[in-house]
Amino acid sequence: MKFAIQVNEGPYQHQAADSAYQFTKAALEKGHEIFRVFFYHDGVNNATKLTTPPQDDRNIVNRWSELAAQHELDLVVCVAAAQRRGIVDEGEAKRNGKDAENIAPGFRISGLGQLVEAGIQADRLVVFGD
Amino acid sequence: MSILHTVNKSPFEKNSLDSCLSLAKEGSAVLLIEDGIFAALKGAAKEAQMKEASQKMKLYVLGPDLKARGMAEDRVIEGIEIVDYAGFVDLAASHDKVNAWV
Amino acid sequence: MSEEDMMDGEIVKKFMFVNRRAPYGSIYALESLEVVLIAAAFDQDVSLVFSDDGVFQLKKGQDTADIGMKNFSPTYRALEMYDVEKLYVSKASMDQRGLTKDDLIVDVEVLSDEALADLMDDQDVIFSF
Repeated sequence: MKFAIQVNEGPYQHQAADSAYQFTKAALEKGHEIFRVFFYHDGVNNATKLTTPPQDDRNIVNRWSELAAQHELDLVVCVAAAQRRGIVDEGEAKRNGKDAENIAPGFRISGLGQLVEAGIQADRLVVFGD
Repeated sequence: MSILHTVNKSPFEKNSLDSCLSLAKEGSAVLLIEDGIFAALKGAAKEAQMKEASQKMKLYVLGPDLKARGMAEDRVIEGIEIVDYAGFVDLAASHDKVNAWV
Repeated sequence: MSEEDMMDGEIVKKFMFVNRRAPYGSIYALESLEVVLIAAAFDQDVSLVFSDDGVFQLKKGQDTADIGMKNFSPTYRALEMYDVEKLYVSKASMDQRGLTKDDLIVDVEVLSDEALADLMDDQDVIFSF
């Protein structure tokens, strides 16, 4: 079955990002397809590579990047939500005159149409939020 | 058509569970996750409401979230089934859609 | 795909957006509206439900001048232009909050819990904000 996942909260503040990760991992282990994980609202903060948690804590951002590398996951960060919250890739940095980018490996920034498309194409949409 | 509802709020803090139960139809399923698991506790204020709900829908609670919060499985109201993340995935797949009461 | 209509070879799904939060206290209402507009642009069959504190999103007379935020409530009136015309409000939530249809900025259909539950059942995808 094809799942789409929507993540509405940032890492660490709320369990939603952890729950979404655990669900995604379990779905992959069961042989399901993850059509896309879409990060919206403060969920875009899951995509900053500047995250530096203490060593004895999980690294939520790296965990997504690693899962994406292993399973060729499509991790999409909403551009409008990302711009508000300072999540930037090279293209966005150039377009908006910023001198830095902070997007973690495996993530890409794109429009809300990607969420709508996920809703259309996937068999199930599962939302994690606060 | 049947819906899997997920509730992730403590019923002692937010009204998500009440709202969910008032709109969940007979034959649907409710899965308690994150702080939502506190609605599954025996001897707590939500017990009667959950038992009543279990008459018309299937109730589940996420085991890893119970365990994380120090709640042993024997604290869970009878009629509420404990599932792990793989079980959560199965529930999402076996229902037509998922409605998250975030 | 039995529940999905095929139009010009494109899939049209029934998308329901459930809005359960008040505006301004958090960004969910505003960013939900942004998805609604995109879903409409994708020609999906869009319904909006306002329940719990979500009913406050539609209150007439919002004036955000003194909190320094953008008043986005006029957007609800513009939804019609995007062919988003299925707006539903929970009667129980309105009653609980002392609101009537006259308080609302747009014309909506006020539904009982039972009717809302049926409507939800009839959807293909439910977006929660």
